[in-house]
Amino acid sequence: MDAIFLQTLNGLDKGGAYALIALGLTLVFGTLGVVNFAHGALFMLGAFCAVTFQKILTLSKKVKDESITFFDAYKEIPYLEIWFGDTGAAIIDWAVPLSILMAIPVMLLIGLIMERGLIQYFYKRTHAEQILVTFGLAIVIQEIIKSFFGANPIPTPAPDVIAGSANIGSWIGLSDSLVYPYWRMIYLLFALAVIGAVFAFLQFTTFGMVVRAGMADRETVALLGINVERRFTIVFGIAAIVAGLAGVMYTPILPPDYHIGMDFLVLSFVVVVVGGMGSLPGAVAAGFLLGILQSFASMNEVKSIFPGIDQIIIYLVAVVILLVRPRGLLGRKGVMED
Amino acid sequence: MNFFKLSPRDALLMVVFAAVVLLAPIWMKPFGAAYPDLLQKFAIFGLFAIGFNILFGLTGYLSFGHAAFLGIGSYTTVWTFKLLSMNPIPAVIFGTLVAGLFAVLIGFVSLRRTGIYFSILTLAFAQMCYNLAYSVLTPITNGETGLRVLRDDPMLLDKALGVVQEGSPIGSFFGINMRGYPAFYFCAVILIIGFFISLRIFRSPFGLKLRAIKSNQNRMRYTGFNTRPYLLWAFVISGMYAGMAGSMLAVTDPLAGAERMQWTASGEVVLMTILGGVGTLIGPMLGAVLIKYFENIFSAFNESALHDMFSFLPSWLETVMVTVVHPFVGEGWHLTLGSLFMVIVIFLPGGLVEGATRLFKRRKSDGVTNKNSGSEN
Repeated sequence: MDAIFLQTLNGLDKGGAYALIALGLTLVFGTLGVVNFAHGALFMLGAFCAVTFQKILTLSKKVKDESITFFDAYKEIPYLEIWFGDTGAAIIDWAVPLSILMAIPVMLLIGLIMERGLIQYFYKRTHAEQILVTFGLAIVIQEIIKSFFGANPIPTPAPDVIAGSANIGSWIGLSDSLVYPYWRMIYLLFALAVIGAVFAFLQFTTFGMVVRAGMADRETVALLGINVERRFTIVFGIAAIVAGLAGVMYTPILPPDYHIGMDFLVLSFVVVVVGGMGSLPGAVAAGFLLGILQSFASMNEVKSIFPGIDQIIIYLVAVVILLVRPRGLLGRKGVMED
Repeated sequence: MNFFKLSPRDALLMVVFAAVVLLAPIWMKPFGAAYPDLLQKFAIFGLFAIGFNILFGLTGYLSFGHAAFLGIGSYTTVWTFKLLSMNPIPAVIFGTLVAGLFAVLIGFVSLRRTGIYFSILTLAFAQMCYNLAYSVLTPITNGETGLRVLRDDPMLLDKALGVVQEGSPIGSFFGINMRGYPAFYFCAVILIIGFFISLRIFRSPFGLKLRAIKSNQNRMRYTGFNTRPYLLWAFVISGMYAGMAGSMLAVTDPLAGAERMQWTASGEVVLMTILGGVGTLIGPMLGAVLIKYFENIFSAFNESALHDMFSFLPSWLETVMVTVVHPFVGEGWHLTLGSLFMVIVIFLPGGLVEGATRLFKRRKSDGVTNKNSGSEN
């Protein structure tokens, strides 16, 4: 019972990341009709926003270390700490959550540049060509990041206050050995909040209404005198922000390196397809579903029955679902069918 | 036999192709590519791309999982080496057949869907193969270390025939060791055979049906064709090509690792095909050679080599050029690859072959009319 509960929790945060990426992918696909293989790169760029922000905050000055007296020793003290003392140190400690403030405008800008600079020319091309060009773009972005930050994962710790684990077990009356890191819990809540915000935005604003109408019938909306294309460009920017935020918040869980995006991208595509191309609730549901299934499959009890199941579960589920339900879990008729 | 009958034009193409391939060690010299290891790679990946093109080029089904067959071919070959004989003939045959078998299974399931669903299904299967080869199947694949041939492996056939090898085990074609130029010629002969089969498929009614599926599958179905068997055949044939290429990789270097099956490897063959020209006969081969060539040449450059290269320029310009070019070579080779990928897809979706035809046509029409140079296509 404990184990099952714990694995569900473990699956939820990973599922949150999948759901966020898949949500962005689906948004872009549903509005622009573009299959964006560079979406993983956006996730990675978001993670590196956090890294850059941390680097900027910890710009340091060499100061003589007074505690060592018998030779000249120097240590690096961040400017923030010199200027603001403890407040500065606290800001550095909270670098990852604060970097969201930087990530939002940066990711929006990157998204808009990407859409206007490249994606807009590929609306009418075949899906194969869209896949290929965005795949190339993803490689280019990766390599640029690699040349700046190197190939090694860069540790970006969570703030000290929430670095530990919560005794979830004792909270709800299960065994005390049941612990769960605070940050993962925050990630899950954060993911849910972002997903909720996106859905609310689409559901309750005029802008969102137009976008939804455009997803259903682009031509008619355009005929009503609405500039659909510009709104869809903004939707691309929003998708970039969502992917970027997913990346920013994931950094304390997994230190980012330049190919973190690709690792998530393949899985996210599977998620999107399982959920049903073009269906936002489908993407979210499939994200959480596959995340949980994956963590269940990595339990020792399951592995002893089906060896290796943890490695292939996602793909296996994808194959089964695609064969049983051709349009995915919640796919609509007429999307991506020829 | 009817199968070997070629139209005069195709016969000429075949002869030229064979001559170009067989004489590669000579004419590649000025390009600095005339060493056997690289030439082998040209032949092997050329074959891989030619096979991939039979599926992607003719039917338009974009598979993102062909590297799985490459890996399966490699593993089977190494196992044939271990169990039977170091002779590459049975090894290549088994490698191709087993890859074909897997292609039947994967194709049968994946081809139920089209478009991106098909791509994702093939990708899923390939990733499953890759993950399993890394983890649970370690007794068969030897996991991360990679599968290699050992001196005390059974090699039943070799033992029975009394073939003994000195030194570390290497493929041997009736006494000729599969190293250097002999290995290249072995690959080259298989490549020429593979190209011939692909040419026959392109010109056959079967090839025509595949093209019809690409241009409009629904209409094809309305006329009463069941397209599924044709698609499956195309998938299996291209899977067998991939298996054969994987076998040859293992023949020239008796080692098989799981990283060959990763989806980036599948992406590479897609790029080769696109770069050369999808659906053209010679394009994929061209793309494979170019990519492998640039990969080898570019990734070998370092900063001092660049300084040598631009040393004829004034020194300030030399520094500028080196700083500009440096991120694109050596470790940054992938940056070049990615940019190339984008440039090709954006400006020349038909690949190099289309570019060449376009250039050729414009020249021709310029010669005839000598005016309205602005009219394209």
